[in-house]
Amino acid sequence: MDAAIRVTDLAKHYGDLRAVDGVTFEVARGEFFGILGPNGAGKTTTLEIIEGLREADSGEVTTLGVSPWPRNKSLAPRIGVQLQASAFFDRLTAREQLRTFAELYAVSRNRADEMLETVGLTDSRDTRVEKLSGGQAQRLSIACALVHDPELLFLDEPTAALDPQARRNLWDLLRKINSDGRTVVLTTHYMDEAESLCDRVAIMDHGKVLNVDTPSALVRGLDAPTRISVASGHLSADESATIADGNAEIADDGADLTFVTHRPAAVLTALAERSALDGLRVRGATLEDVFLNLTGREYRA
Amino acid sequence: MSSFLSLSKALFRGFLRDKVTIFFTIVFPLMFLVIFGALFSSDSSTTKVEQVGKVQALDSLKAQDPDAYKDLFEVTKTSHKDAALEKVRQGNSDAVVTQDGDQVYIYFSKANPTRAAMVQGTLAGIVNQGNIHTLQAAAPGTRITEVKPTSVEDDSLSSIQYLMPGILGWAVSIAGVFGAASTLVDWRRNKIMRRLRLSPAPIGSVIGARIGLSMVMSMIQLAVFIAVASLPVFGLQLTGSWWMAIPILMVGTLAFLALGMVVGCIAKTGEGASGLGNLIVMPMAFASGTFFPLDQSPAWLQTVSLISPLRYINDALLDVMVRGDGPVSVLPQMGILLGFAVVCGAIAWKMFKWDDL
Repeated sequence: MDAAIRVTDLAKHYGDLRAVDGVTFEVARGEFFGILGPNGAGKTTTLEIIEGLREADSGEVTTLGVSPWPRNKSLAPRIGVQLQASAFFDRLTAREQLRTFAELYAVSRNRADEMLETVGLTDSRDTRVEKLSGGQAQRLSIACALVHDPELLFLDEPTAALDPQARRNLWDLLRKINSDGRTVVLTTHYMDEAESLCDRVAIMDHGKVLNVDTPSALVRGLDAPTRISVASGHLSADESATIADGNAEIADDGADLTFVTHRPAAVLTALAERSALDGLRVRGATLEDVFLNLTGREYRA
Repeated sequence: MSSFLSLSKALFRGFLRDKVTIFFTIVFPLMFLVIFGALFSSDSSTTKVEQVGKVQALDSLKAQDPDAYKDLFEVTKTSHKDAALEKVRQGNSDAVVTQDGDQVYIYFSKANPTRAAMVQGTLAGIVNQGNIHTLQAAAPGTRITEVKPTSVEDDSLSSIQYLMPGILGWAVSIAGVFGAASTLVDWRRNKIMRRLRLSPAPIGSVIGARIGLSMVMSMIQLAVFIAVASLPVFGLQLTGSWWMAIPILMVGTLAFLALGMVVGCIAKTGEGASGLGNLIVMPMAFASGTFFPLDQSPAWLQTVSLISPLRYINDALLDVMVRGDGPVSVLPQMGILLGFAVVCGAIAWKMFKWDDL
């Protein structure tokens, strides 16, 4: 089957700034694809080109098998783009808002009401958009992008500024949307979000794609040591050194005694033999480590 | 077509719930109409007079023509001349009148020369009327020349006749310029513009729905203004072709929307748009005869007014609503407005951006 998105050697510059500089990747149909990168990495510009909002300077783009530029009217009903939570008509209620968009896409009002149900806003349907909470507005924004049942959905930092409950809540919704067979492309700053939701992620910086793979392959590829911590004060320095057996670095900050090792099995076994597993925590590398390793740690405004 | 209707519905709903916009496009200009209307209509011809002792001219007028007496004067009789003079000095009364033999004395304050002149003129007129009667009685058949002043305007041409069309035009210009500018800026900033662009709705539907909303708004303004100005307190008298105000306001709305779109393309923020809008609308109001007649303005201002679309609206509205001109007489003004809309629309189209970069 044809790819949902195919981007080859895409480039776009504004003045001297090479916003997108030779980007190539493919998104399969039905895939949940993440694009990660620091601010100004070129994620947004790349997506805007794929959505047909901007023209690329060079390179090839096919979105659902057609070229998105110039504005392709047949593409509009097939893609959904979630925009920031304030992109609503002023002073309409949640339901009026959604019905207006349903009408613009020539789908029935019932479909709009169904979408309200799907995103869990039925109880708030008569609330004006200005009065919705951050999470509700975000869900309405997603409902607006989904009301015409698009094959391909773009989400731009959908959980920014949400509290943890609202985020988990939204993740469930996004998984459901994807499991219905839609292709979903997500940009986010939250590595746990990408790790939890995405089948594959692309990590971008300075207008280039640095790496594309499944989150677990990326993490494995980092070959980072595992950090094994137990409560401090139960093991003597000698015992710790014996457990480490030259395979682990030891750090003790007074609260946690931590072994940093590439051979976690040996350390865990030795700890278990001494019944020293009180307060055990095992932490492997995460996507965040991969991200920081690829994009660097220096602060960027 | 259906996208046009659904957008129109969404915009109109939003408008009806927008108390701030309703205030600034309808209530605020109406306040000007009421204030200016009251200000000018209180400029009545009745003068307040303190009568000290007997004044034959006043007393005989009261006896012979009580209606005229009541129209012209509000007389307070008193015997304390000094107290009466103090009232005039304070501006609480227009003049003190006393009679000593054949001399009628009028004491007035120079602080209000208009009032002073009115009192003098009216009293002199009455006294002379009395003299004429006396002379006629003494020598019947003597030929007398009399002055009969008559206004060229209809008797009903009061200040409201002039004010209402001017302030209505101004109200429509505010609604058009600010409406288009803020819609453009807001929609670009909150990405509604992007949402619409991503939808299959044609751009024509979007623009059409916004124009439609402004047209409806201008018709509401027209209806409210006519209703208020026709109240007995103001007493607006419309002339035959007043209904031509409808097409005039429609082309006027187009011109102001186009102007507002140019503003909205230049401004980056809502504050910027309203600042720039004020910079255009306020001088335009003064240069276009909104609050005072243009022919009383200096020549240079009249020249400047030639480039103001508001001038042509005000002019055309005055023609058909109160001057009694026929429908055809305003076609040139409407043509100019339409031309203005086309030019500004073309500029806006050139400058238009879907997004902030």
